[in-house]
Amino acid sequence: MAPTHVWVKRNLFPSLSSGLLTLVLAGVIIVLVKAIFDWAVTDATISGTTRAACNAGGACWTFIKVRFDLFFYGRYPSPERWRVDLALALVVGTTAATLIAPPRWQGWLALILLGFVPAVAGILLVGGLFGLAYIATNLWGGLMLNILLTAVAGGGGFILGVFLALGRRSKYPVIRLFSMLFIELWRGVPLLTVLFMAMLLVPLFMPNGATIDNLLRAMLALTLFTAAYMAEIVRGGLQAIPRGQAEAATALGLRPWAIQCFIVLPQALRLVIPGLVNTVIDLFKDTTLVSIVGLFDLLAVITQAQKDQAWLGMAREGYAFAVVVFFLCCFGMSLFSRRLEHRLNRHLRY
Amino acid sequence: MTSLRKLAYAAALAVCGLGAAGLSAEAQVKSPTLDAVKKRGELNCGVDTGIPGFAFQDSTGKWKGLDVAYCRAIAAAVLGDAEKVKYVGVTTKVRFTVLQSGEIDVLIRDSTLTFTRDTQLNLSPIAVNFYAGQAFMVKKSLKVASAKELNGATICMLTGATLELNIADYGAANGIKINSLLFDKPEEAFAAAEAGRCDGYSDDSGSVAAARSTMKTPDDWVILPEIISKEPLGIFAREGDEKWGDILKWTHMILLTAEEMGVTKANADQIKASKPVDPFMQRLLGLDEDFSKQLGLDGAWSYRIIKAVGNYGEIYDEYFGPKALGLPRGTNNLWTKGGLQYALPLR
Repeated sequence: MAPTHVWVKRNLFPSLSSGLLTLVLAGVIIVLVKAIFDWAVTDATISGTTRAACNAGGACWTFIKVRFDLFFYGRYPSPERWRVDLALALVVGTTAATLIAPPRWQGWLALILLGFVPAVAGILLVGGLFGLAYIATNLWGGLMLNILLTAVAGGGGFILGVFLALGRRSKYPVIRLFSMLFIELWRGVPLLTVLFMAMLLVPLFMPNGATIDNLLRAMLALTLFTAAYMAEIVRGGLQAIPRGQAEAATALGLRPWAIQCFIVLPQALRLVIPGLVNTVIDLFKDTTLVSIVGLFDLLAVITQAQKDQAWLGMAREGYAFAVVVFFLCCFGMSLFSRRLEHRLNRHLRY
Repeated sequence: MTSLRKLAYAAALAVCGLGAAGLSAEAQVKSPTLDAVKKRGELNCGVDTGIPGFAFQDSTGKWKGLDVAYCRAIAAAVLGDAEKVKYVGVTTKVRFTVLQSGEIDVLIRDSTLTFTRDTQLNLSPIAVNFYAGQAFMVKKSLKVASAKELNGATICMLTGATLELNIADYGAANGIKINSLLFDKPEEAFAAAEAGRCDGYSDDSGSVAAARSTMKTPDDWVILPEIISKEPLGIFAREGDEKWGDILKWTHMILLTAEEMGVTKANADQIKASKPVDPFMQRLLGLDEDFSKQLGLDGAWSYRIIKAVGNYGEIYDEYFGPKALGLPRGTNNLWTKGGLQYALPLR
């Protein structure tokens, strides 16, 4: 490791022109960063509860502060918001436990995560059972909706995707054809179109007056859409597993489903974690599209907040906040994926 | 998988339920929408997902605005409680389909009542609750009182042919030349106006009022009285349910009549207690039981509307008045005061 001044000379000022470029770029960066810093920190306001408090000229974080709960829970009634927190804690907690637990527990925990936890979380959120008040889905909103849609469409899409991937490699032509058609159909249409279809066409097919919940429709559309992508990723993993693995298992007398469940899939899924997480991150950002069908996700709530006539003109603050929240969530998922890979592929390191 | 099963169940139930509902509706010869709303105990009201003045949420998440006040008024009339409203935020693209499919009972979403929407979409335009149109906001320092004096001025506006075309037509009709400076995003146009690159801003009247309040010093800007295009915003219902349409229409008329007769949220009780002899006042305050029965509602429906939201002028002032967006009443004033809002007589 060279001393600092040597490193600086070698990398930043190797020649006169490069040195000048370094200085100019440094100047530009400093000016930009200072402008952003002044706006976001030095001249910013966070005290008070009204727009009148914001007269320092910089960002008005008061706007974010007074609407913080709205951004996270939408119009979910305040006294019931603990239910959302509990459901989230349950999902995050079980996921973490699945990762940390010793291998022989992991299978059971994964089953709980995919079967038991969604049911409990669903009851918590919707209510109407066990003395919990019923909360209509039109009150749900904010970041909670993005997370919920990602969890449902990601989880459901994954399970369906595995079946589709296996189906596409099936020896029965009907199953193979169906899987292929399903995947190609959903991959062939833009998500926006799918959401519009769910929003505009489904109600027209229904008998007059009968409706399917708006949110449920969005969930279904997102799940089917995600499943098609997940299926292709999983298929990629399946193809990477040498045929000998399945043949050896057959020779040992294992049944076909057992070969897939215990021999092929565990190895294949391990390989495709980056692809799966990539799809989930994509999905998380795509959930903001539901705003066009009238659901109030985080971005929609932020956009709507700018229309409050007591707080007009807060576009910069709102979108800056959205950037931070979305980055933190996506980066978090990315870290999670790396940890998962690290753990599951431990045997491959040498 | 469970959601699919639920879906199937819901569909099956809905079919059976509808059959039954259809029978009972026939027996009473009433409004199917009214019956459905009463049975549900909640009004499904389609509103904008967010627009200043018409429909927005305050920092506690409570819906507010002129259109929202109409939802509340209808709920107060039909269900006796202005809070029994499920607000369905609808975007420009889905609003009419959502109404046609029956997901909402009424659409009050700053939507212009036009010929094609009436005839091709099979919707029933009920009433104009806000006369909007393209308006101007200019710097106070220009000392301009009318758009006719804008000869040679440069106006910032959004791209999109109609705004610019309207201005060109208006200029040609009045023998003046107004220059336009176009922008993609409202924020950019505001900033340009603020920076003095143009003398004013032009858009639909409600948006102009909202633009004014985002300016650093709103008082430095005035909104001119001229409206140079027609955008009658109003209430839509599904075609084929005349009774329901009547209720919606007369809710609007009650709000206007209340203002005409000087009845407000605050003095309604007092006037009611003073036993008015004017038959119009009696009908307005629900003292004439037989009168309201013809609408399929109980006698106090109109009184509840006034108690829940006040009269039209009160609603307008709350969201567009000098203390709010500061949009001159103009065409939205009562006909007696030079505006277009005219209530059909309560008899």
